[in-house]
Amino acid sequence: MERNQYLEMFIDESTEHLQAMNTNLLDLEKNPQDLKIVNEIFRSAHTLKGMAATMGYDDLASLTHQMENVLDGIRNENIETTTKLMDVVFESVDDLEYMVNDIADGGEGKKDVTEVVAKLEQIENGEETTNEPSGSLSPLNDSEAAEVSYDDFEHTVIRQSHEQGFTPMQIRISLREDVILKAARVFMVFEVLEQVGEVIKSLPAVDKLEEEDFDLSFDVTLVTKTGAEEVKSRVMKVSEIEDVQITEINVTDIDNEETANTQGDSPEIQPAEVKEEAENQLQVKQPEKDEKVSQASNKTIRVNIDRLDSLMNLFEELVIDRGRLEQISKDMKSAELTETVEHMSRISGDLQNIILNMRMVPVEQVFNRFPRMVRGLAKDLNKKIRLEIIGAETELDRTVIDEIGDPLVHLLRNSIDHGIEMPAERKQAGKNDEGHITLKAYHSGNHVFIEVADDGSGVNREGVLRKAIKSGIVTEENSHSMTDRQVYELLFSSGLSTTDVISDVSGRGVGLDVVKNKIESLGGNVAVTSKPGQGTTFSIQLPLTLSIISVMLVEVQKEIYAIPLSSIIETAIIKKDDIMSAHNQKVIDFRGSVVPLIDLTHFFEVPVTKDEDDYYSIVIVRKGEKMAALVVNSFIGQQEIVLKSLGNYLNSVFAISGATILGNGQVALIVDCNALIK
Amino acid sequence: MSEEVMTQDVKVIIFQLKDEEYGVEVEQVRSIERVLHITRVPSTPDFVEGVINLRGVVTPIIDLRKRFDIEGIDHSEATRVIIVTVGEMDVGLVVDSANDVIDIPKDAIEPPPEVVGGLEAAYIRGVAKLEKRLLILLNLDKVLNPDELEDIQEMERDA
Repeated sequence: MERNQYLEMFIDESTEHLQAMNTNLLDLEKNPQDLKIVNEIFRSAHTLKGMAATMGYDDLASLTHQMENVLDGIRNENIETTTKLMDVVFESVDDLEYMVNDIADGGEGKKDVTEVVAKLEQIENGEETTNEPSGSLSPLNDSEAAEVSYDDFEHTVIRQSHEQGFTPMQIRISLREDVILKAARVFMVFEVLEQVGEVIKSLPAVDKLEEEDFDLSFDVTLVTKTGAEEVKSRVMKVSEIEDVQITEINVTDIDNEETANTQGDSPEIQPAEVKEEAENQLQVKQPEKDEKVSQASNKTIRVNIDRLDSLMNLFEELVIDRGRLEQISKDMKSAELTETVEHMSRISGDLQNIILNMRMVPVEQVFNRFPRMVRGLAKDLNKKIRLEIIGAETELDRTVIDEIGDPLVHLLRNSIDHGIEMPAERKQAGKNDEGHITLKAYHSGNHVFIEVADDGSGVNREGVLRKAIKSGIVTEENSHSMTDRQVYELLFSSGLSTTDVISDVSGRGVGLDVVKNKIESLGGNVAVTSKPGQGTTFSIQLPLTLSIISVMLVEVQKEIYAIPLSSIIETAIIKKDDIMSAHNQKVIDFRGSVVPLIDLTHFFEVPVTKDEDDYYSIVIVRKGEKMAALVVNSFIGQQEIVLKSLGNYLNSVFAISGATILGNGQVALIVDCNALIK
Repeated sequence: MSEEVMTQDVKVIIFQLKDEEYGVEVEQVRSIERVLHITRVPSTPDFVEGVINLRGVVTPIIDLRKRFDIEGIDHSEATRVIIVTVGEMDVGLVVDSANDVIDIPKDAIEPPPEVVGGLEAAYIRGVAKLEKRLLILLNLDKVLNPDELEDIQEMERDA
């Protein structure tokens, strides 16, 4: 088989399944009784096993197989979900992750899994023998035997049918190992059984059987007037059946069990339904057998981001041509042409939205891995921590998503390690002994904000200052006049980030300069606020690179510039007389505050072509609290533009944050208002 | 035998600046364009003409005359922009005209002379003599070195 062809798909899907397992396991830990979650996990493990086996990754397959057995035990309520069990399962998932990563890195996905497998086996066996329910129905002691239990409804059916002279029996059907069409055999077996009686239950459930989601054997419960031997011989007539074991169900035993059994979660099966579904499945499933994997996943395909980039660039070319066509149709005054061009404009507008949205992915992809990480770290540090995630659906450009994970790991680690206090300490401070970390993402303007907030001890101002002075970042005198904000900023300076400096002070600052650098390289920034004793919040602001941003296009002499709407407070037209001078700096009075004027013609050294007017068009922009008024010649209007970089050659042009391509194909520069205001 | 010679040849694109002929290896050239609308970029060195929209990619344009301190002329019908790729960068070079592709035998290339018409020798990879023509082969890595660009920017800002 051409393994490479499927390798990428295998890695992507495995990663997804592992992520799903992690999330579901965390859920399960909170709701240990919820068998639906176990089923979800089981499904992931099962798919993973299948994929790994197909691809020839044996260690991966054998570990998932063993996990499956344990999960199967849980969902059949033979094994209880204890913390110890969860730890082992988590450990196995870790190992699985390791192996998948190894495969992704070009390795063979080999890892010694015997230890974990042994632990799993121990759980599987140990718990199974001790926890065997008293009302055991059958002598099926096969290690893979699934316990069949019945809910109230099924009990009633069994009891009533018994009273009417039917014999309820449990049948275990084992298929031959070389069976080719498992689902087809199941269907045929059911058909035979329907002839002699009624199937009231099957394990696994019918939908599972249809999906061939079982090993080689399955159990059904049948009520019939036909004798066991007869049933057996009939079933055995179906080809590829290895063995049929029939146990008559002792109705009194069931009644005893009834009280003990509260969680009979398996769906009941109506015989008619079984038949019908099995039929459908025979018609539909068979030819599609090979497509099973793709069916199971979402209806998505993975596209290389480079392709999206070139799609976008090509599309922009199209938009430019559209602009030309619009111009031509205007000149030609042909109604037909105008109509067609208008239609084309609408369609290309929609198309543009679609292309841009294709690059956007929910931040969930990154956030997903954190609950697990927090759990692990909290355990290691003997802390109690609850992680709350808000706004996981917030969408970000793919390129940013790929980069943002590591900085967030850093910040979360920081909060867990140094922010949240030990439980005892927290109690002493009158707080809940369980620390609370909030991870929050939201859109605001053309930025995405991600916040990591903890309710820990806050930043120790004195401690930070002491160390900052010691390492020569600030002087003793300066330190007294520093605002809290300035002190917190120190956390991001590289001198402060060596571990030994910080851990004995406030604990804050480990590698935070790395975080800052990374965020800034993405065109964002990071800020920190803190209240002693109440906690610390790190706030990351990120741009939506390569997505649409709203700008105000302005004309400066004959050049066109774009000013991000997010920086603009408002636009105004002022008289020349309104301009005042303060210390050689032209200023205006804007709603009671003095705002400096920046003449873009001067500032950008634009060749002067227009005569000076008596009126100035100004754009009031802000950076934080500070404001400035940019003098331009005229406003063109608000527009959504596609952000483009100036390329590697011009990577740091002062006060220009990027460029965009206008409808006429020309490049317009985007003004970086943050750089303009000091 | 001819194969042997072929591998020894360097295929170059020839362009003119003032009255001299220059060459860049064809592998480094992505395309040759007519002059499109160039958007000026403020606070960049004089020789950076600005940026153009090259099929959706914003591409910087350098005026090679200014880069080499040759007196500038207005763009004409013959003026071309040679888009070259150096490392990760795509940059357009404005030249007086570009209209020839030739093979130069490797042994016709000589190391740069100490002084060539005011052009710093570091920018030159070599000089090729072809009968009566003299070709200057450019060292684009050096010509387009972004560090140097930054140095120049800083110098200008300090000035």
